[in-house]
Amino acid sequence: MDSLLNAARPPVFCPGCSHERITRSLDRAFARLALRGEQIAIVSDIGCSGLFDTFFHTHALHGLHGRALTYAAGIKLARPQTTVVVTMGDGGQGIGGAHLLAACRRNLDLTLLVLNNFNFGMTGGQYSATTPSEADVGSGFLNRLERPLDLCAVARAAGAPYVVRCSAYREDVDQVIAQAIAYRGFSLVDLWGICPGRFSRKNRLTVQEIDRQLAGLPSCEGPVPENERREFGAHYRELAAGVKAPEAPLGLSPRFDSQAAGREEVLLLGSAGQRILTAGEIFCLAGMLAGLYATQKSDYDITVLRGPSISEMILSPEPIDYTGITRPTVVFALGPEGVARRKALWAELDEECLVLQAEGVDTPPTRARQVRLALKQQGFSRPDWALAALGALAKSRRVIREEMLLAALEARLSGAALEAACAVVHRVAPAG
Amino acid sequence: MARVWLDGNEAVARGAVAAGCRFFAGYPITPATGILNHMLALLPPAGGICLQGEDEIASIGFCIGASMAGLRAMTATSGPGISLYSEQISFAVGSEIPLVIVDVQRLGPSTGSATRGADGDIQFLQWGNSGGLPVVVYAPVDAADCFRLVQTAFHTSDALRTPVFIASNKEIALTRESLDEAALPVLPPGGRPSPPEGRPYRPFETPEGGRVPPFLPIGGGTLVRQTSSTHGADGYITTDPAEITRMLRRMQAKIEAAAEELALFEHRRAPGADTLLVTYGVTSRSAAAACKTLARRGTPVSHLILKTLWPVPAGAIRRAAEGLRRILVVEMNLGQYVREIERVLPGRSVAFLGQMDGRLIAPETILEAVLHG
Repeated sequence: MDSLLNAARPPVFCPGCSHERITRSLDRAFARLALRGEQIAIVSDIGCSGLFDTFFHTHALHGLHGRALTYAAGIKLARPQTTVVVTMGDGGQGIGGAHLLAACRRNLDLTLLVLNNFNFGMTGGQYSATTPSEADVGSGFLNRLERPLDLCAVARAAGAPYVVRCSAYREDVDQVIAQAIAYRGFSLVDLWGICPGRFSRKNRLTVQEIDRQLAGLPSCEGPVPENERREFGAHYRELAAGVKAPEAPLGLSPRFDSQAAGREEVLLLGSAGQRILTAGEIFCLAGMLAGLYATQKSDYDITVLRGPSISEMILSPEPIDYTGITRPTVVFALGPEGVARRKALWAELDEECLVLQAEGVDTPPTRARQVRLALKQQGFSRPDWALAALGALAKSRRVIREEMLLAALEARLSGAALEAACAVVHRVAPAG
Repeated sequence: MARVWLDGNEAVARGAVAAGCRFFAGYPITPATGILNHMLALLPPAGGICLQGEDEIASIGFCIGASMAGLRAMTATSGPGISLYSEQISFAVGSEIPLVIVDVQRLGPSTGSATRGADGDIQFLQWGNSGGLPVVVYAPVDAADCFRLVQTAFHTSDALRTPVFIASNKEIALTRESLDEAALPVLPPGGRPSPPEGRPYRPFETPEGGRVPPFLPIGGGTLVRQTSSTHGADGYITTDPAEITRMLRRMQAKIEAAAEELALFEHRRAPGADTLLVTYGVTSRSAAAACKTLARRGTPVSHLILKTLWPVPAGAIRRAAEGLRRILVVEMNLGQYVREIERVLPGRSVAFLGQMDGRLIAPETILEAVLHG
């Protein structure tokens, strides 16, 4: 197999840099796997490791510091047949730490080669996530304050199924890389090397010293049995194949005549858990079934089953421009939280406005006409109040009519939920 | 005729899939989360991929990778996320990576108010890339616009090899409305320019007289190079000032020269008007309501609704302003796009009405500004 090295662009590393050894080892690894350039994408980012993509006749993407794993994931998912190899430095593991953890957890079939030389070579030898605390680097005393990261331990803890730690000077490093690439899942190779331009000028680091240090660490030689599992891309495609296409958005044709003279603004003020939003939607669909335009906006807190829940609905024979509420026709007061959230509203309501308030829910003083709805006394539970209140309005033939409401329920609900909802509307007494 | 019931976020998602989007990645953020939810429902059955990234930076990074591998890709976020996207946006701009980015704007600054609307990112979308190259931004007025403009965004993004933004707003994204089916057309498919046969492929080489380099995907039969570094036509780093100038001027020109062609707007000319209202986004609806009231009261006002914000549709603005005494720009911010209107109309009387308090600007407020502002 021919070399994939780009003869026109030979490696340009500082004399003695371990990156050059790794460049040639990676080329031999590709040859061992009999891969052609078109089958490979090398993804790199910033730092000396970011030069790798230029040395090979393969597909290449060079991006932002620490983000190589993100581009690699997109390429691999879009083109599962492509062999994707990521080269990053130890610097990239710090700035891109979240992506390293996510890649280990995800187990997409990528190979990450960490060209770990214990410092930021390109910017002047500053400390990185793997710089030993006792090292003398370009960051003054700062590295003495932090502990270096054990990339392999982190990767294993985060779920990487294939982790290798080895010296860039190991004889069989090309085979180590080839095996990692051949592994079907996320593989990380932590390659320890020497940065002669920066790190080893002030720190005694030799090939033998690397071997000595590696010998003192737990061995990481490939598969991590407790983390081995299905590859993300294949698993994704299998699960995705079982997802049914969603229905088209609800489309409604008019079935009833509208008696609306103009724009009707309606406010549902309630509490979380009262199905205010669903009731608001049903109200709008009822209007649409009478050929009216409709809009619905909602206002609720992030909590579920606690806090206010508000729905603002507009029905109009004309297309609706402004979707805000200016002069409501009807206000439903169904829960104290919703009433309190709109406390400024009450003084502004005029005599034309109808307030339908559930028995037991008080409102601030208002000039609007207030009608009490004895929903509890009629045997409705709180989650049904909003729908029952709409039913009461429809039965008094204000804004919507009962047949519109029932048809809207049919359009939106089915089965037992539809039956129960229709029963609420049938049973409720008219407002006033 | 049937009417469809949906909100702006669902309209964006459905429009994107209709335009051939097959890759989406996002990070949950109110009020943009609905797009992620809908894409997760729509893409897997369509053979596409939908991911939730570990953060916003990863989400847009996935999209950049997938787009370079040949898929139409989209991401969606809000103010805090668009800030995190910034570095990757610069990459997509400077390396000509097609991508659709939806910013469902919410009240800022910073984390601001998650469930309150604003149009506070309008200048950020244009100038939030390092290097300051031009971008394309479309602003929908309603959910129907979301459906149409996201399709247009994919066309433009492919045709010009550039990221394209949709500047949505919580007030469009989370407002459900009834829409005439006819307002939701599926546009004919677009595509990325392909290279001519029989010539070696150089990833950033443009044909004679052309401004957009033909596209081939990473992972295909021809080797493709992509890089965030300053590069020449071959995709390798260059330090040659002449080549750098050629590349950057071309990228600038491919957007700026297309400004007239990209200009989408609606000009509602009112005979007898002496004022022009200029709006974009959801505020256009309040302004339209105000214009109707003003016409009834015998004070007609012309109205220009801009749906392309960047590149600035200068010709449309100049033509709409012709012969009018006063221009009034209304925005849900403290005064962003009005700077562009002033720049395009030097020496003209340009007034500004802004509101950034989490509420829609009411028609009555605009009416007051027209009559007494």
